[in-house]
Order: sequence, then structure tokens, then C-alpha cells
Amino acid sequence: MAEPSRHEPASTGDGAGTAVATPPRQIRDPDDALAWYRRMVVARRFEEETERAFRRGKIGGYLHVYSGQEAVAAGFLAEMRDDDIFFTAYRDHAHALFRGSPPGAVMAELFGKATGVARGKGGSMHLFDVPRGFYGGYGIVGGHIPLAVGAAYALRYQGGDRVCLCFMGDGAINSGGFHEAMNMAGLWGQEGLCPLLVIVENNQFAMGTPVARSSAVTDLASRFAAYGIPAERIDGMDFFTVRAAARRAIAAVRSSGRPVAIEALTYRFAGHGAADLFQPYRSREDVERARGRDPILILERRLREAGLLDDAAVAAAAAEAEAIVADAVRFAEESPAPPAEALHTDVYGADA
Amino acid sequence: MPELSYRDAIRATLIEEMDRDPAVVLLGEDIGAYQGTFRITADLLGRYGPTRVIDTPISELGFVGAAIGMAMLGLRPVVEMMTWNFSLLAFDQIVNNAAKLRYFSGGQVEVPLVIRGPNGAGVQLSAQHSQSLEAIYAHVPGLYVVAPATPAEARGLLRTAIRGRDPVIFLEHAALYASKGEVPDGDSALPFGRAEVVRGGDHVTVVAYSRMVGVALEAAERLAADGIEAEVINLRTLRPLDVATVLASVRRTHRAVVVQEQWRLFGAAAEIAATIAEGAFDLLDAPVERVTGEDVPMPYARNLELLALPDADDVVRAARRTLYREPAPAGGRADG
Repeated sequence: MAEPSRHEPASTGDGAGTAVATPPRQIRDPDDALAWYRRMVVARRFEEETERAFRRGKIGGYLHVYSGQEAVAAGFLAEMRDDDIFFTAYRDHAHALFRGSPPGAVMAELFGKATGVARGKGGSMHLFDVPRGFYGGYGIVGGHIPLAVGAAYALRYQGGDRVCLCFMGDGAINSGGFHEAMNMAGLWGQEGLCPLLVIVENNQFAMGTPVARSSAVTDLASRFAAYGIPAERIDGMDFFTVRAAARRAIAAVRSSGRPVAIEALTYRFAGHGAADLFQPYRSREDVERARGRDPILILERRLREAGLLDDAAVAAAAAEAEAIVADAVRFAEESPAPPAEALHTDVYGADA
Repeated sequence: MPELSYRDAIRATLIEEMDRDPAVVLLGEDIGAYQGTFRITADLLGRYGPTRVIDTPISELGFVGAAIGMAMLGLRPVVEMMTWNFSLLAFDQIVNNAAKLRYFSGGQVEVPLVIRGPNGAGVQLSAQHSQSLEAIYAHVPGLYVVAPATPAEARGLLRTAIRGRDPVIFLEHAALYASKGEVPDGDSALPFGRAEVVRGGDHVTVVAYSRMVGVALEAAERLAADGIEAEVINLRTLRPLDVATVLASVRRTHRAVVVQEQWRLFGAAAEIAATIAEGAFDLLDAPVERVTGEDVPMPYARNLELLALPDADDVVRAARRTLYREPAPAGGRADG
């Protein structure tokens, strides 16, 4: 990993569009790469469907979709071991899908059904799948970061070499929770007791406030230097770039018990949330320009260049995604709402 | 049954639980090298090492959040809050994460976490360091709120807290740390939600917790000299609240005084008075009296501070009012 002082210099500010293109490379495991392509297509299709379901009144509350950022979660989760764990914020649907949560159970959670991953009690912002190491989506910006630091400590305290990943947004980097937690991570890492990988998903906006208007220093990777945490900035739109960085970082964290951070430059194609209809903070042209570096299309192009994907395979992946998401919606629609008794369960442990 | 101070009872319980279960770890400001502001953790760093006795930076949000993450992974962290006043910096973590994680995860995680430290007024600590925050925490579902009055309770309730499955707000009182009492030997855990009748009486029920139990008992002695037998109930825990014990007593005495150190408005006494009104309205012979702290930030000057805190005189007068032996103060009930 790069030393704290050696992260890449700040980009000119429009984020993903300025990141350096990665040169073509050999694809090590073609089947695996294709599988991740298909998962990203499913995630995109899933999110489109959640937006539709929200408009149909099937999904309530807030809805934050991940479209545009898929390569980030995919690249990191692809490199996690089965017994590793992770935390993220409220833009969490794709993380659950990539980790293997059944799409029907994720959709059912959004529909508020008893068959949801959190039995209908969490909703879009609070997906959990603890058997798969997913320790939650969280709704208070920055509030989950200290949890991930403590969880990482616990992993090392209990022995073994499991690691904890903590996804966060660029907006969270200005919260007190981030700074307090990173200072402790830096300290505990000195003893090899903080196997934590922090991933800043810099999608350029804290809700509608651009990074340059919310962060005095826009090179977010540099913020980790204050806590002695090595950090680098990468192109978050290229799955292979993300995955290579993830592999290096996770190996470093696992072997050292020290935290590492990566700022992944990405872009959110959809609004901040379902209520962000007009997006007055950016232009249609901005979004169109960013779509020119759609992470799914970048991966598709690379796979085509490697001779692993053709028109028929792309169409098949789309059809497969369509079927998976249709099944998920059907499952969610047909699932029962939580029983009234569920109102009072899970407040306290049974024998407490 | 050895006699221990409240402080030593807490410390001994931490040692017993750390010896018993390697999942128990301590976090807090100055609990290690400094040995704890109130010396609750004296020598524990030497005994257990820095991996289990973790001196934290001055980052309440951060270390309470980290403790929650540890608890989610199966550790049993006990966080020392140097004083509960500082917990406001961690309020989001306690309320939005610790209290709710079991619920919004659909029961997939639990947070066996204890946060302990002194709550309430000391001596001339002024406005920022003298607050009683129990009602704020007792408002929140998913938390337990515990307030021991004696060394034996401190030990028994702390043991239950550390062995439990949910976050516990463990409110000690700085003025009680040096107080002594008999503490049962052995594995004596006290259940939550079980109040104790610490003095029997037929004329009026006095409900209190934490330091105010001693104040209530002093008042009961003085009332007895005047022929009034007060029954004193020590709640021990505010959440859960032992409604049954309170109502059983009030149904017999027909009169109740509730004593709290904290501010009057929206305080614990208001909840208890409402509970009595709901459960024993027909049996009350007088309005429920509240004896509380004054509705002001805590002043520094000692004479003003004493005026701001409830004392045995206030309890005596309130009890006498329920028996119509004392006129209500002009301008309404303003004592406390």
C-alpha cells in the first residue's frame, strides 16, 4: 500500500470522469469476471425496479439506489473471504446482493414483508445478513464507522485473521464519528488490533452538496494521513482496478492487523434518494457525461475485448437479470406482512 | 458477608466478571494508567493488560460506537463514562445504534454493552458536570436503566448488566462511592425490574432511587418521630420499572411521594406519578407529590447548589402534605 503521504494528487474535481483509464490487462479468472458482470447487471436492474416499486407505492420511506457505483461494492466484496464482515451506510441494496443475500429477501425487506432480510423491521436503510457477514446498513451518516472499528478490534481480539470492511460515503468524511473512529483505528492498528479496510465511495455529492463545497480538502484519501492510515485514491468505475486495489488492501490489512483506506471515485446516476426528483444541484449534462463511464459498460467492454462476451451473452445477462428481479418482486409481493406480534419482538433479548 | 464501599463493590464485580469471562473488556477515558477518575478501575490495567483495559482518546462518540461494534461481534464491553454528562457526545450512538440494533436488524444482532459512571450532582461541579440524565435514557426502548443505591445493589445489578444481552445504562452516584454496606458473597446477581421495600410503613409511600433512597430514609426517620410511618421503595431500575411493587404499596397507603434529584419537568417522577394515577387513582387520598431538583442549570455557589437539590426536609414536607398536615405552598407545589 502507498504510505499516507503518497496517495495520488487531487483530481480536478469532477471525479470519476478524470480518473486515469486502466490499460488492458489479462483477465485472470474469466468465469469469475463474467459472474461479477452478471451480478452487476442484476444489481442495476434491481435498483431500476426498486425505483419503479417506490413510484407504485410498494416501497415506503426513503430509497437510495446504487446505480452508477456498482464496481465499487462489487470489486471489494469480490475479494472478501466468506468469514470476513462488512458495514455500510444506507445505500446498501447492491452490497447485500453482491454478498449473496437472496434478491427476493432483499426486495421483500424493501416491501416491508416478514420474509425480508431484517423481517421487515429495517427497510431499505437497514439491510442485514449476519450469516453472510453483513453487519448492516445504517441511516445516520458516519454513525456506523465507529462500530466497524470496534468490530475489527473484536475480530482480532478473538483470534484469527478475519477482516472488517467499512464502506462510507464522501459526505460521512466530515462527521465527527469518522474522525474519532479513524483516530482509534490508527491507535489500535499500532498494536495490530484493527484489521479494518475503509472504503470511501466518493460519488461526488453529500446529498446535493458537491465535495468541493463540503470538504475543505477535496482529496479525501489525504484525510487519513492525520491518523497514520495508509490511503490511496482509485478509479471506482473500473471493476478490475477496484478489485486489484481491494486484493492488495485486504491482504495488507489481514496480515498486519492495521487499517488501510481507499477512496474510490465514482458517480451516482440516480438522485440522492427517491425524493430527489429534480436534482437542482447538477445538470442533466453532468449525469450524461458520467454515464459515459458507466461501470457496467466499462466492464462489458473489457470482457468483449478479451473475447469473453458477445452480443448474445450480453442479451442473455440482461434476460437473466430481468428474470431474477421479476422473481424477487413476485416473492416480495406475495410474501406476508409481519404479524402484529412482531411489533414487540426484538426490543430486548428473550431472557434478559 | 463482607462490608464494602460502593466503589469497591463495583470494582470487585468488574474483576469477578473479567476473571469469569474473557469476552469482558473495559473501555474509557483514563481508566488504565490514571486508574480511573473515581478509582473504580484501580490496578486493572496491570491485572488484565491494555488489550482488555483500553484507555481511549477523549472521543465519547467514537469509543461508545466502537464498544457497540465489539458487542455486536460477541464481546461484552463495559464502558466507563467519566461522568454521564459526557454521554451526550455519544447520545446518537446509544440511542440510534445500541438501543435499536436488535430491532432493525430483525433480531440478527445484539448489543451486550454496559455503560457505567457517575450520574447526578457532586459538590460545586456547576452546570455542565452535575446533571441527572436518567429520564432521557429511560425514555428509549431497547435500553435498560439501572441506578443502584447501595454497595450490594451495585454489585448485584452490575453482574446482571454484564451478563445480559442488551445495552445497560448503569447510573452510579459520585456521592455514594464512599458509602459502605454489606455485600453478599458469591454469585449474587440482582434481577432488573425488581424494586425493594427498604422500610415498611402504612401512612405514605415514598418512591426513590440512587442517592435519593438515603434521603428518603432520613425523611422517614424524622416522619416516624412525628408518628408518620412512611414506606420507602427503592426502585433499583427505572427501565424496567417495577410498577407492581409501587402500586401494591400505594393501594395500601393511599398516598405517594416520588423523589428524584433531576429536574422536575418530564422527569422520572412524572412517569411514576402518572403510573400511580393510572393504576391506583380510586385509592389515592391525596395528589401524588413530586420532590425534585430545581428547574435551573446547576449553580456553582454552594448555598445555591444546596437550594437546587432536594433534601430530607423537602421529602418530609411533601409527605406531610399528602396527609394534610402541611399547607400547600403559596403559588402551587414548587418544592424541590
